[in-house]
Amino acid sequence: MKPHEHAADAPRPARKPGGPLALGGALIGGLCVSAFAGVIDPYLLDVLMSMGIAVTLAVSLNLVTGFTGQFSLGHAGFMSVGAYLSAGITTRLAPHFFGADSGSGAGLAQSGFFLLALLLGGLGAALAGLCVGGPSLRLKGDYLALVTLGFGEIIRVVFQNIEPLGGALGLNGIPPYTSPFWVLAWAALTIFVVHCLVHSTYGRGFIATHDDEIAAEAIGLSTTRYKIVAFVVGAFFAGVAGGLYAHFRLSIVPTGFDFSKSIEIVLIVILGGMGNTIGVILAALLLTLLPEALRPIAEYRMVLYSLLLIVLMVWRPRGLLNLDWAKLLQRRKTRTTLR
Amino acid sequence: MPAAHDSSSAAAAATEILRVEDLHVSYGAISALNGISLSVPAGAIVTLIGGNGAGKTTTLHSLSGLIRAARGRVHFAGEDITALAPHHIVARGLCHVPEGRMIFANLSVAENLAMGAYLQRSPAQIAAARDYCFSIFPRLRERLRQNAGTLSGGEQQMLAIARALMSRPKFLMLDEPSLGIAPRLISTIFEKIVEINRDHGTGILLVEQNARLALEISTHAYVLETGHIVMSGPSRELRNNAQLKAAYLGS
Repeated sequence: MKPHEHAADAPRPARKPGGPLALGGALIGGLCVSAFAGVIDPYLLDVLMSMGIAVTLAVSLNLVTGFTGQFSLGHAGFMSVGAYLSAGITTRLAPHFFGADSGSGAGLAQSGFFLLALLLGGLGAALAGLCVGGPSLRLKGDYLALVTLGFGEIIRVVFQNIEPLGGALGLNGIPPYTSPFWVLAWAALTIFVVHCLVHSTYGRGFIATHDDEIAAEAIGLSTTRYKIVAFVVGAFFAGVAGGLYAHFRLSIVPTGFDFSKSIEIVLIVILGGMGNTIGVILAALLLTLLPEALRPIAEYRMVLYSLLLIVLMVWRPRGLLNLDWAKLLQRRKTRTTLR
Repeated sequence: MPAAHDSSSAAAAATEILRVEDLHVSYGAISALNGISLSVPAGAIVTLIGGNGAGKTTTLHSLSGLIRAARGRVHFAGEDITALAPHHIVARGLCHVPEGRMIFANLSVAENLAMGAYLQRSPAQIAAARDYCFSIFPRLRERLRQNAGTLSGGEQQMLAIARALMSRPKFLMLDEPSLGIAPRLISTIFEKIVEINRDHGTGILLVEQNARLALEISTHAYVLETGHIVMSGPSRELRNNAQLKAAYLGS
Protein backbone atom coordinates (compact mmCIF):
# COMPACT_ATOMS: atom_id res chain seq x y z
CA MET A 1 0.00 0.00 0.00
CA LYS A 2 1.28 3.42 -0.87
CA PRO A 3 1.86 5.75 2.05
CA HIS A 4 -0.76 8.24 0.95
CA GLU A 5 -3.41 5.57 1.24
CA HIS A 6 -2.65 5.24 4.92
CA ALA A 7 -2.87 8.96 5.25
CA ALA A 8 -6.18 8.96 3.46
CA ASP A 9 -7.55 6.40 5.85
CA ALA A 10 -6.58 8.32 8.95
CA PRO A 11 -9.13 10.65 10.48
CA ARG A 12 -8.94 14.14 9.03
CA PRO A 13 -6.36 16.17 10.97
CA ALA A 14 -7.66 18.90 13.20
CA ARG A 15 -8.15 22.11 11.25
CA LYS A 16 -5.47 24.72 11.64
CA PRO A 17 -6.66 27.65 13.71
CA GLY A 18 -6.75 29.73 10.52
CA GLY A 19 -10.37 30.73 10.99
CA PRO A 20 -10.12 32.31 14.44
CA LEU A 21 -6.78 33.90 13.47
CA ALA A 22 -8.29 35.45 10.37
CA LEU A 23 -11.24 36.66 12.44
CA GLY A 24 -8.92 38.23 15.01
CA GLY A 25 -6.83 39.76 12.23
CA ALA A 26 -9.89 41.31 10.64
CA LEU A 27 -10.97 42.76 13.99
CA ILE A 28 -7.55 44.31 14.62
CA GLY A 29 -7.41 45.53 11.01
CA GLY A 30 -10.84 47.10 11.46
CA LEU A 31 -9.71 48.83 14.67
CA CYS A 32 -6.62 50.17 12.92
CA VAL A 33 -8.65 51.47 9.99
CA SER A 34 -11.09 53.06 12.42
CA ALA A 35 -8.27 54.66 14.41
CA PHE A 36 -6.89 56.28 11.28
CA ALA A 37 -10.31 56.95 9.80
CA GLY A 38 -9.69 60.68 10.08
CA VAL A 39 -6.55 60.44 7.95
CA ILE A 40 -7.84 58.09 5.24
CA ASP A 41 -9.48 59.60 2.19
CA PRO A 42 -13.24 59.66 2.97
CA TYR A 43 -14.09 58.34 -0.49
CA LEU A 44 -11.83 55.33 0.02
CA LEU A 45 -13.38 54.73 3.42
CA ASP A 46 -16.82 54.89 1.86
CA VAL A 47 -15.95 52.28 -0.75
CA LEU A 48 -14.34 50.10 1.89
CA MET A 49 -17.47 50.11 4.03
CA SER A 50 -19.70 49.38 1.04
CA MET A 51 -17.48 46.42 0.27
CA GLY A 52 -17.74 45.08 3.80
CA ILE A 53 -21.52 45.29 3.77
CA ALA A 54 -21.66 43.62 0.35
CA VAL A 55 -19.44 40.80 1.65
CA THR A 56 -21.72 40.27 4.68
CA LEU A 57 -24.79 40.13 2.46
CA ALA A 58 -23.29 37.86 -0.17
CA VAL A 59 -21.62 35.40 2.19
CA SER A 60 -24.84 35.03 4.19
CA LEU A 61 -26.87 34.45 1.03
CA ASN A 62 -24.25 31.96 -0.09
CA LEU A 63 -25.14 29.79 2.92
CA VAL A 64 -28.74 29.64 1.72
CA THR A 65 -28.30 29.54 -2.05
CA GLY A 66 -24.79 28.24 -2.57
CA PHE A 67 -24.37 25.63 0.12
CA THR A 68 -27.94 24.58 0.86
CA GLY A 69 -29.24 25.07 -2.68
CA GLN A 70 -32.32 27.13 -1.81
CA PHE A 71 -32.82 29.91 -4.31
CA SER A 72 -33.89 32.98 -2.36
CA LEU A 73 -34.85 36.31 -3.91
CA GLY A 74 -35.73 37.90 -0.59
CA HIS A 75 -32.35 38.78 0.86
CA ALA A 76 -32.91 42.53 0.47
CA GLY A 77 -36.19 42.03 2.36
CA PHE A 78 -34.34 40.58 5.37
CA MET A 79 -31.81 43.37 5.02
CA SER A 80 -34.58 45.96 5.21
CA VAL A 81 -36.06 44.38 8.34
CA GLY A 82 -32.68 44.73 10.07
CA ALA A 83 -32.14 48.22 8.69
CA TYR A 84 -35.50 49.58 9.78
CA LEU A 85 -35.54 47.84 13.14
CA SER A 86 -32.05 48.97 14.20
CA ALA A 87 -32.40 52.45 12.71
CA GLY A 88 -35.83 52.82 14.31
CA ILE A 89 -34.30 51.95 17.68
CA THR A 90 -31.32 54.27 17.37
CA THR A 91 -33.18 57.27 15.94
CA ARG A 92 -35.86 57.05 18.64
CA LEU A 93 -33.66 56.28 21.60
CA ALA A 94 -30.25 57.82 20.88
CA PRO A 95 -31.35 61.43 21.61
CA HIS A 96 -32.59 60.30 25.04
CA PHE A 97 -29.35 58.55 25.90
CA PHE A 98 -26.70 60.65 24.25
CA GLY A 99 -28.37 64.04 23.86
CA ALA A 100 -28.98 65.82 20.61
CA ASP A 101 -25.33 65.54 19.66
CA SER A 102 -25.39 61.96 18.42
CA GLY A 103 -22.24 62.39 16.35
CA SER A 104 -19.49 59.85 15.93
CA GLY A 105 -18.21 60.40 19.43
CA ALA A 106 -17.87 56.59 19.65
CA GLY A 107 -18.09 56.29 23.39
CA LEU A 108 -18.20 52.80 24.85
CA ALA A 109 -21.85 53.18 25.89
CA GLN A 110 -22.74 54.31 22.40
CA SER A 111 -20.93 51.35 20.83
CA GLY A 112 -22.76 48.98 23.11
CA PHE A 113 -26.03 50.64 22.23
CA PHE A 114 -25.30 50.31 18.50
CA LEU A 115 -24.31 46.67 18.89
CA LEU A 116 -27.57 46.00 20.70
CA ALA A 117 -29.55 47.72 17.94
CA LEU A 118 -27.70 45.70 15.28
CA LEU A 119 -28.33 42.46 17.13
CA LEU A 120 -32.00 43.27 17.54
CA GLY A 121 -32.18 44.12 13.84
CA GLY A 122 -30.51 40.80 13.03
CA LEU A 123 -32.83 38.89 15.35
CA GLY A 124 -35.85 40.60 13.81
CA ALA A 125 -34.67 39.57 10.36
CA ALA A 126 -34.01 36.04 11.61
CA LEU A 127 -37.54 35.91 12.99
CA ALA A 128 -38.85 37.09 9.63
CA GLY A 129 -36.71 34.35 8.06
CA LEU A 130 -38.32 31.78 10.34
CA CYS A 131 -41.81 33.02 9.51
CA VAL A 132 -41.18 32.94 5.77
CA GLY A 133 -38.98 29.84 5.76
CA GLY A 134 -41.08 27.65 8.03
CA PRO A 135 -44.01 27.22 5.67
CA SER A 136 -42.28 27.88 2.34
CA LEU A 137 -39.13 25.76 2.55
CA ARG A 138 -41.21 22.69 1.86
CA LEU A 139 -41.50 24.15 -1.62
CA LYS A 140 -38.74 23.52 -4.08
CA GLY A 141 -36.77 25.52 -6.61
CA ASP A 142 -38.86 28.01 -8.56
CA TYR A 143 -41.69 28.04 -6.03
CA LEU A 144 -39.40 29.01 -3.21
CA ALA A 145 -37.88 31.77 -5.36
CA LEU A 146 -41.37 33.12 -5.98
CA VAL A 147 -42.34 33.05 -2.31
CA THR A 148 -39.16 34.85 -1.25
CA LEU A 149 -39.66 37.35 -4.05
CA GLY A 150 -43.18 37.96 -2.76
CA PHE A 151 -41.89 38.35 0.79
CA GLY A 152 -39.39 41.01 -0.32
CA GLU A 153 -42.12 43.00 -2.01
CA ILE A 154 -44.53 42.67 0.92
CA ILE A 155 -41.91 43.91 3.36
CA ARG A 156 -41.19 46.88 1.11
CA VAL A 157 -44.87 47.82 0.95
CA VAL A 158 -45.22 47.38 4.70
CA PHE A 159 -42.37 49.79 5.41
CA GLN A 160 -43.78 52.20 2.87
CA ASN A 161 -46.91 52.41 4.98
CA ILE A 162 -45.46 52.63 8.47
CA GLU A 163 -45.53 56.37 9.07
CA PRO A 164 -43.46 56.37 12.28
CA LEU A 165 -40.63 54.86 10.21
CA GLY A 166 -40.90 57.53 7.55
CA GLY A 167 -43.27 55.75 5.20
CA ALA A 168 -42.53 56.23 1.53
CA LEU A 169 -40.28 59.19 2.28
CA GLY A 170 -37.92 56.97 4.17
CA LEU A 171 -36.27 57.21 7.56
CA ASN A 172 -33.86 60.12 7.91
CA GLY A 173 -31.50 61.41 10.53
CA ILE A 174 -30.08 58.03 11.45
CA PRO A 175 -27.02 58.52 13.69
CA PRO A 176 -23.71 57.75 11.89
CA TYR A 177 -22.69 54.86 14.08
CA THR A 178 -21.29 52.56 11.42
CA SER A 179 -17.50 52.69 11.43
CA PRO A 180 -15.04 50.65 9.37
CA PHE A 181 -14.47 48.58 12.47
CA TRP A 182 -18.09 47.46 12.72
CA VAL A 183 -18.29 46.69 9.02
CA LEU A 184 -15.09 44.66 8.90
CA ALA A 185 -15.88 42.91 12.17
CA TRP A 186 -19.32 41.79 10.98
CA ALA A 187 -18.02 40.77 7.56
CA ALA A 188 -15.32 38.70 9.26
CA LEU A 189 -17.79 37.21 11.71
CA THR A 190 -20.18 36.25 8.89
CA ILE A 191 -17.41 34.55 6.94
CA PHE A 192 -16.23 32.80 10.09
CA VAL A 193 -19.67 31.57 11.15
CA VAL A 194 -20.66 30.38 7.67
CA HIS A 195 -17.31 28.66 7.17
CA CYS A 196 -17.43 26.89 10.52
CA LEU A 197 -21.07 25.93 10.07
CA VAL A 198 -20.55 24.39 6.65
CA HIS A 199 -17.34 22.59 7.53
CA SER A 200 -18.65 21.10 10.76
CA THR A 201 -19.99 17.59 11.04
CA TYR A 202 -23.45 19.06 11.48
CA GLY A 203 -22.96 21.38 8.52
CA ARG A 204 -22.37 18.63 5.97
CA GLY A 205 -26.12 18.34 6.08
CA PHE A 206 -26.38 21.65 4.20
CA ILE A 207 -24.32 20.27 1.33
CA ALA A 208 -26.15 16.95 1.47
CA THR A 209 -29.46 18.82 1.22
CA HIS A 210 -28.10 20.71 -1.78
CA ASP A 211 -26.74 17.62 -3.52
CA ASP A 212 -29.69 15.28 -3.25
CA GLU A 213 -32.70 15.93 -1.09
CA ILE A 214 -34.24 12.49 -1.52
CA ALA A 215 -31.03 10.72 -0.60
CA ALA A 216 -30.59 13.02 2.39
CA GLU A 217 -34.11 12.25 3.61
CA ALA A 218 -33.57 8.56 2.94
CA ILE A 219 -30.60 8.39 5.32
CA GLY A 220 -32.58 10.11 8.04
CA LEU A 221 -31.72 13.79 7.62
CA SER A 222 -34.47 16.32 8.14
CA THR A 223 -33.77 18.51 5.10
CA THR A 224 -36.50 20.95 6.09
CA ARG A 225 -34.72 21.64 9.35
CA TYR A 226 -31.42 22.25 7.57
CA LYS A 227 -33.07 24.59 5.11
CA ILE A 228 -34.70 26.56 7.91
CA VAL A 229 -31.43 26.81 9.85
CA ALA A 230 -29.64 28.09 6.73
CA PHE A 231 -32.46 30.51 6.02
CA VAL A 232 -32.59 31.89 9.56
CA VAL A 233 -28.81 32.26 9.91
CA GLY A 234 -28.64 33.90 6.47
CA ALA A 235 -31.48 36.27 7.37
CA PHE A 236 -29.79 37.21 10.65
CA PHE A 237 -26.61 38.37 8.95
CA ALA A 238 -28.61 40.10 6.21
CA GLY A 239 -30.46 41.98 8.97
CA VAL A 240 -27.21 43.01 10.62
CA ALA A 241 -25.86 44.13 7.23
CA GLY A 242 -29.04 46.18 6.84
CA GLY A 243 -28.40 47.83 10.20
CA LEU A 244 -24.83 48.64 9.21
CA TYR A 245 -26.05 50.01 5.91
CA ALA A 246 -28.65 52.24 7.59
CA HIS A 247 -26.14 53.77 10.02
CA PHE A 248 -23.72 54.25 7.16
CA ARG A 249 -26.05 55.90 4.61
CA LEU A 250 -27.92 57.75 7.40
CA SER A 251 -31.19 57.61 5.51
CA ILE A 252 -33.10 54.64 4.15
CA VAL A 253 -36.06 54.39 1.82
CA PRO A 254 -38.18 51.26 1.26
CA THR A 255 -37.38 51.24 -2.46
CA GLY A 256 -33.71 50.86 -1.60
CA PHE A 257 -34.45 47.28 -0.59
CA ASP A 258 -36.48 46.22 -3.59
CA PHE A 259 -36.24 43.30 -5.94
CA SER A 260 -33.24 44.68 -7.84
CA LYS A 261 -31.24 44.86 -4.61
CA SER A 262 -31.95 41.15 -4.00
CA ILE A 263 -30.91 40.38 -7.55
CA GLU A 264 -27.70 42.29 -7.01
CA ILE A 265 -26.82 40.04 -4.07
CA VAL A 266 -27.80 36.91 -5.97
CA LEU A 267 -25.59 38.10 -8.82
CA ILE A 268 -22.60 38.37 -6.50
CA VAL A 269 -23.14 34.80 -5.33
CA ILE A 270 -23.48 33.49 -8.88
CA LEU A 271 -20.48 35.48 -10.06
CA GLY A 272 -18.34 34.23 -7.20
CA GLY A 273 -19.45 30.65 -7.64
CA MET A 274 -22.17 29.11 -5.49
CA GLY A 275 -20.78 27.58 -2.36
CA ASN A 276 -17.37 29.12 -2.95
CA THR A 277 -16.79 31.46 -0.03
CA ILE A 278 -13.56 33.01 -1.30
CA GLY A 279 -15.02 33.48 -4.77
CA VAL A 280 -18.11 35.14 -3.34
CA ILE A 281 -16.01 37.51 -1.21
CA LEU A 282 -13.96 38.52 -4.25
CA ALA A 283 -17.10 38.95 -6.34
CA ALA A 284 -18.58 41.20 -3.63
CA LEU A 285 -15.45 43.36 -3.74
CA LEU A 286 -15.45 43.40 -7.52
CA LEU A 287 -19.12 44.30 -7.88
CA THR A 288 -18.71 47.13 -5.37
CA LEU A 289 -15.69 48.53 -7.18
CA LEU A 290 -17.10 48.09 -10.65
CA PRO A 291 -19.93 50.67 -10.34
CA GLU A 292 -17.37 53.09 -8.89
CA ALA A 293 -15.09 52.59 -11.85
CA LEU A 294 -18.03 52.82 -14.24
CA ARG A 295 -19.51 55.94 -12.72
CA PRO A 296 -19.29 57.84 -16.04
CA ILE A 297 -21.66 55.32 -17.62
CA ALA A 298 -23.69 54.64 -14.50
CA GLU A 299 -27.03 54.48 -16.34
CA TYR A 300 -25.85 51.39 -18.17
CA ARG A 301 -24.82 49.55 -15.02
CA MET A 302 -27.74 47.11 -14.99
CA VAL A 303 -27.33 46.50 -18.72
CA LEU A 304 -23.73 45.65 -18.09
CA TYR A 305 -24.69 43.37 -15.18
CA SER A 306 -27.19 41.54 -17.35
CA LEU A 307 -24.63 41.06 -20.08
CA LEU A 308 -22.14 39.85 -17.51
CA LEU A 309 -24.66 37.31 -16.23
CA ILE A 310 -25.37 35.98 -19.73
CA VAL A 311 -21.70 35.70 -20.60
CA LEU A 312 -21.10 34.00 -17.28
CA MET A 313 -23.83 31.40 -17.74
CA VAL A 314 -22.40 30.50 -21.13
CA TRP A 315 -18.71 30.38 -20.37
CA ARG A 316 -18.33 29.96 -16.65
CA PRO A 317 -21.53 28.42 -15.27
CA ARG A 318 -19.79 27.59 -12.01
CA GLY A 319 -18.85 31.19 -11.36
CA LEU A 320 -16.27 33.56 -12.76
CA LEU A 321 -14.09 33.25 -9.72
CA ASN A 322 -14.48 29.54 -9.30
CA LEU A 323 -10.90 28.46 -8.96
CA ASP A 324 -9.58 25.94 -6.53
CA TRP A 325 -8.28 28.59 -4.17
CA ALA A 326 -7.19 26.27 -1.43
CA LYS A 327 -5.15 24.33 -3.95
CA LEU A 328 -3.65 27.50 -5.34
CA LEU A 329 -2.77 28.78 -1.91
CA GLN A 330 -1.77 25.64 -0.10
CA ARG A 331 -1.28 23.07 -2.84
CA ARG A 332 -3.47 20.74 -0.84
CA LYS A 333 -6.36 18.79 -2.24
CA THR A 334 -9.62 20.09 -0.91
CA ARG A 335 -13.31 20.08 -1.58
CA THR A 336 -14.17 21.66 -4.89
CA THR A 337 -17.01 24.09 -5.02
CA LEU A 338 -20.66 23.56 -5.44
CA ARG A 339 -22.45 24.21 -8.65
CA MET B 1 -59.37 -24.13 17.00
CA PRO B 2 -58.97 -20.41 17.61
CA ALA B 3 -56.06 -20.84 20.02
CA ALA B 4 -53.93 -22.75 17.55
CA HIS B 5 -54.77 -20.26 14.87
CA ASP B 6 -53.60 -17.42 17.11
CA SER B 7 -50.26 -19.00 17.85
CA SER B 8 -49.58 -19.75 14.21
CA SER B 9 -50.31 -16.18 13.17
CA ALA B 10 -48.07 -14.94 15.98
CA ALA B 11 -45.30 -17.17 14.68
CA ALA B 12 -45.85 -15.80 11.18
CA ALA B 13 -45.66 -12.24 12.53
CA ALA B 14 -42.39 -13.02 14.28
CA THR B 15 -40.65 -14.20 11.12
CA GLU B 16 -42.09 -11.45 8.99
CA ILE B 17 -40.14 -8.18 9.10
CA LEU B 18 -42.11 -6.06 6.66
CA ARG B 19 -45.81 -6.23 5.95
CA VAL B 20 -47.64 -3.86 3.62
CA GLU B 21 -51.43 -3.90 3.58
CA ASP B 22 -53.59 -2.33 0.93
CA LEU B 23 -51.27 0.61 0.23
CA HIS B 24 -52.70 3.45 -1.85
CA VAL B 25 -50.58 6.39 -2.98
CA SER B 26 -51.54 9.19 -5.31
CA TYR B 27 -49.84 12.25 -6.72
CA GLY B 28 -52.64 14.78 -6.74
CA ALA B 29 -55.41 13.33 -8.86
CA ILE B 30 -53.22 10.62 -10.35
CA SER B 31 -53.13 7.45 -8.33
CA ALA B 32 -49.83 5.60 -8.49
CA LEU B 33 -50.53 2.67 -6.20
CA ASN B 34 -53.97 1.11 -6.02
CA GLY B 35 -53.85 -1.04 -2.95
CA ILE B 36 -50.78 -3.22 -2.94
CA SER B 37 -50.01 -5.75 -0.24
CA LEU B 38 -46.78 -7.57 0.29
CA SER B 39 -44.92 -9.43 2.96
CA VAL B 40 -41.19 -9.91 3.44
CA PRO B 41 -39.91 -12.62 5.78
CA ALA B 42 -36.98 -11.69 8.05
CA GLY B 43 -33.60 -12.24 6.41
CA ALA B 44 -34.98 -12.83 2.94
CA ILE B 45 -34.36 -11.14 -0.38
CA VAL B 46 -37.64 -10.24 -1.98
CA THR B 47 -37.90 -8.51 -5.31
CA LEU B 48 -40.45 -6.18 -6.81
CA ILE B 49 -40.32 -6.16 -10.58
CA GLY B 50 -42.26 -4.24 -13.17
CA GLY B 51 -41.95 -1.90 -16.10
CA ASN B 52 -41.63 1.86 -16.20
CA GLY B 53 -44.35 3.68 -14.32
CA ALA B 54 -45.59 0.54 -12.60
CA GLY B 55 -45.17 2.17 -9.17
CA LYS B 56 -42.01 0.46 -7.96
CA THR B 57 -40.22 3.63 -6.87
CA THR B 58 -43.44 5.04 -5.42
CA THR B 59 -43.74 1.92 -3.29
CA LEU B 60 -40.27 2.38 -1.84
CA HIS B 61 -40.78 6.10 -1.29
CA SER B 62 -43.95 5.49 0.66
CA LEU B 63 -42.38 2.67 2.71
CA SER B 64 -39.52 4.98 3.77
CA GLY B 65 -41.89 7.85 4.53
CA LEU B 66 -40.74 10.14 1.72
CA ILE B 67 -44.31 10.33 0.47
CA ARG B 68 -47.48 9.77 2.45
CA ALA B 69 -49.81 6.90 1.76
CA ALA B 70 -53.42 7.86 1.10
CA ARG B 71 -54.62 4.60 2.56
CA GLY B 72 -53.19 1.36 3.87
CA ARG B 73 -50.70 0.24 6.51
CA VAL B 74 -46.99 -0.47 6.63
CA HIS B 75 -45.73 -2.65 9.49
CA PHE B 76 -42.03 -2.97 10.13
CA ALA B 77 -40.66 -5.32 12.78
CA GLY B 78 -44.07 -5.52 14.40
CA GLU B 79 -44.62 -1.75 14.49
CA ASP B 80 -46.92 0.42 12.42
CA ILE B 81 -44.62 2.89 10.64
CA THR B 82 -47.14 4.25 8.13
CA ALA B 83 -47.29 7.75 9.57
CA LEU B 84 -43.66 8.06 10.75
CA ALA B 85 -41.27 10.69 9.37
CA PRO B 86 -38.34 9.36 7.29
CA HIS B 87 -35.73 9.84 10.01
CA HIS B 88 -37.81 7.88 12.50
CA ILE B 89 -38.13 5.08 9.98
CA VAL B 90 -34.36 5.04 9.35
CA ALA B 91 -33.80 5.01 13.10
CA ARG B 92 -35.88 1.82 13.31
CA GLY B 93 -33.55 0.09 10.85
CA LEU B 94 -35.35 0.43 7.55
CA CYS B 95 -33.02 2.12 5.09
CA HIS B 96 -33.75 3.12 1.52
CA VAL B 97 -31.17 3.46 -1.27
CA PRO B 98 -32.89 5.73 -3.79
CA GLU B 99 -32.55 5.34 -7.51
CA GLY B 100 -30.36 7.37 -9.85
CA ARG B 101 -27.67 9.85 -8.90
CA MET B 102 -28.16 9.43 -5.22
CA ILE B 103 -24.81 10.27 -3.65
CA PHE B 104 -23.76 13.65 -2.28
CA ALA B 105 -21.58 14.76 -5.19
CA ASN B 106 -19.90 17.63 -3.36
CA LEU B 107 -18.90 15.61 -0.32
CA SER B 108 -15.98 13.19 -0.25
CA VAL B 109 -16.54 9.44 -0.08
CA ALA B 110 -15.61 9.51 3.61
CA GLU B 111 -18.08 12.33 4.26
CA ASN B 112 -20.82 10.50 2.38
CA LEU B 113 -20.27 7.50 4.62
CA ALA B 114 -20.28 9.73 7.69
CA MET B 115 -23.63 11.17 6.57
CA GLY B 116 -24.96 7.63 6.37
CA ALA B 117 -24.24 7.24 10.07
CA TYR B 118 -26.12 10.47 10.73
CA LEU B 119 -28.43 8.91 13.31
CA GLN B 120 -25.76 6.69 14.87
CA ARG B 121 -24.26 7.71 18.19
CA SER B 122 -21.65 5.12 19.09
CA PRO B 123 -18.20 5.80 17.51
CA ALA B 124 -17.22 2.14 17.90
CA GLN B 125 -20.29 1.00 15.98
CA ILE B 126 -19.73 3.63 13.31
CA ALA B 127 -16.14 2.45 12.89
CA ALA B 128 -17.29 -1.16 12.69
CA ALA B 129 -19.92 -0.27 10.07
CA ARG B 130 -17.25 1.57 8.09
CA ASP B 131 -14.90 -1.39 8.20
CA TYR B 132 -17.70 -3.62 7.04
CA CYS B 133 -18.41 -1.28 4.12
CA PHE B 134 -14.75 -1.45 3.11
CA SER B 135 -14.76 -5.24 3.33
CA ILE B 136 -17.75 -5.34 0.99
CA PHE B 137 -16.56 -2.57 -1.33
CA PRO B 138 -12.75 -2.31 -1.06
CA ARG B 139 -12.73 0.21 -3.88
CA LEU B 140 -14.32 2.82 -1.61
CA ARG B 141 -11.33 2.74 0.70
CA GLU B 142 -9.09 3.74 -2.20
CA ARG B 143 -11.38 6.63 -3.07
CA LEU B 144 -11.94 7.88 0.47
CA ARG B 145 -10.81 11.49 -0.02
CA GLN B 146 -12.19 11.80 -3.52
CA ASN B 147 -15.28 13.84 -4.20
CA ALA B 148 -18.16 11.42 -4.67
CA GLY B 149 -19.22 13.24 -7.84
CA THR B 150 -16.01 12.12 -9.53
CA LEU B 151 -16.69 8.41 -9.00
CA SER B 152 -17.86 6.18 -11.84
CA GLY B 153 -21.51 5.14 -11.98
CA GLY B 154 -20.76 1.75 -10.48
CA GLU B 155 -18.68 3.24 -7.71
CA GLN B 156 -21.45 5.73 -6.94
CA GLN B 157 -23.90 2.85 -6.62
CA MET B 158 -21.49 1.05 -4.28
CA LEU B 159 -21.17 4.22 -2.24
CA ALA B 160 -24.94 4.63 -2.05
CA ILE B 161 -25.33 1.08 -0.73
CA ALA B 162 -22.40 1.51 1.66
CA ARG B 163 -23.84 4.77 2.93
CA ALA B 164 -27.08 2.97 3.71
CA LEU B 165 -25.12 0.21 5.50
CA MET B 166 -23.61 2.91 7.75
CA SER B 167 -27.01 3.27 9.40
CA ARG B 168 -26.69 -0.42 10.42
CA PRO B 169 -30.03 -1.32 8.86
CA LYS B 170 -32.08 -4.40 9.68
CA PHE B 171 -33.66 -4.03 6.31
CA LEU B 172 -32.50 -2.47 3.03
CA MET B 173 -34.62 -1.26 0.17
CA LEU B 174 -32.68 -0.96 -3.08
CA ASP B 175 -34.12 0.97 -5.98
CA GLU B 176 -32.75 -0.24 -9.32
CA PRO B 177 -29.14 -0.80 -8.31
CA SER B 178 -28.36 -1.91 -11.88
CA LEU B 179 -29.49 1.35 -13.45
CA GLY B 180 -26.90 2.94 -15.73
CA ILE B 181 -24.06 0.70 -14.65
CA ALA B 182 -21.54 -1.19 -16.76
CA PRO B 183 -22.83 -4.77 -17.26
CA ARG B 184 -19.69 -6.25 -15.74
CA LEU B 185 -20.24 -4.25 -12.54
CA ILE B 186 -23.91 -5.19 -12.31
CA SER B 187 -23.14 -8.78 -11.46
CA THR B 188 -20.56 -7.64 -8.90
CA ILE B 189 -23.11 -5.41 -7.21
CA PHE B 190 -25.69 -8.20 -7.15
CA GLU B 191 -23.13 -10.55 -5.60
CA LYS B 192 -22.50 -7.93 -2.93
CA ILE B 193 -26.22 -7.64 -2.24
CA VAL B 194 -26.35 -11.38 -1.59
CA GLU B 195 -23.25 -11.09 0.59
CA ILE B 196 -24.79 -8.30 2.70
CA ASN B 197 -27.93 -10.38 3.11
CA ARG B 198 -25.92 -13.43 4.19
CA ASP B 199 -23.48 -11.64 6.54
CA HIS B 200 -25.96 -9.94 8.83
CA GLY B 201 -29.26 -11.48 7.84
CA THR B 202 -30.22 -8.06 6.50
CA GLY B 203 -33.58 -8.32 4.79
CA ILE B 204 -33.67 -6.85 1.31
CA LEU B 205 -36.44 -5.51 -0.86
CA LEU B 206 -35.01 -5.19 -4.34
CA VAL B 207 -36.74 -3.13 -6.97
CA GLU B 208 -35.51 -3.95 -10.46
CA GLN B 209 -36.23 -3.68 -14.13
CA ASN B 210 -33.60 -6.32 -14.75
CA ALA B 211 -36.05 -9.09 -13.83
CA ARG B 212 -33.74 -11.95 -14.76
CA LEU B 213 -31.05 -10.97 -12.27
CA ALA B 214 -33.54 -10.00 -9.60
CA LEU B 215 -35.30 -13.37 -9.82
CA GLU B 216 -31.95 -15.13 -9.62
CA ILE B 217 -30.92 -13.74 -6.24
CA SER B 218 -34.34 -13.42 -4.59
CA THR B 219 -36.47 -16.06 -2.90
CA HIS B 220 -39.80 -14.41 -3.52
CA ALA B 221 -41.07 -11.94 -6.09
CA TYR B 222 -43.93 -9.57 -6.69
CA VAL B 223 -44.82 -8.24 -10.12
CA LEU B 224 -46.21 -4.72 -10.20
CA GLU B 225 -48.22 -3.28 -13.08
CA THR B 226 -49.87 0.16 -13.07
CA GLY B 227 -50.15 0.24 -9.30
CA HIS B 228 -51.45 -3.31 -8.84
CA ILE B 229 -49.67 -6.48 -7.88
CA VAL B 230 -50.52 -8.79 -10.75
CA MET B 231 -48.45 -11.79 -9.83
CA SER B 232 -46.43 -13.08 -6.91
CA GLY B 233 -44.73 -16.25 -5.84
CA PRO B 234 -41.40 -17.95 -5.24
CA SER B 235 -38.80 -16.52 -7.61
CA ARG B 236 -37.89 -20.00 -8.88
CA GLU B 237 -41.44 -20.49 -10.12
CA LEU B 238 -41.75 -17.06 -11.63
CA ARG B 239 -38.55 -17.57 -13.58
CA ASN B 240 -40.34 -20.27 -15.52
CA ASN B 241 -43.66 -18.52 -15.80
CA ALA B 242 -44.54 -18.18 -19.46
CA GLN B 243 -46.47 -14.95 -19.04
CA LEU B 244 -43.66 -13.30 -17.10
CA LYS B 245 -41.06 -14.57 -19.51
CA ALA B 246 -42.87 -12.95 -22.38
CA ALA B 247 -43.34 -9.64 -20.58
CA TYR B 248 -40.11 -9.13 -18.69
CA LEU B 249 -37.48 -11.71 -19.43
CA GLY B 250 -37.44 -11.64 -23.20
CA SER B 251 -37.81 -14.83 -25.16
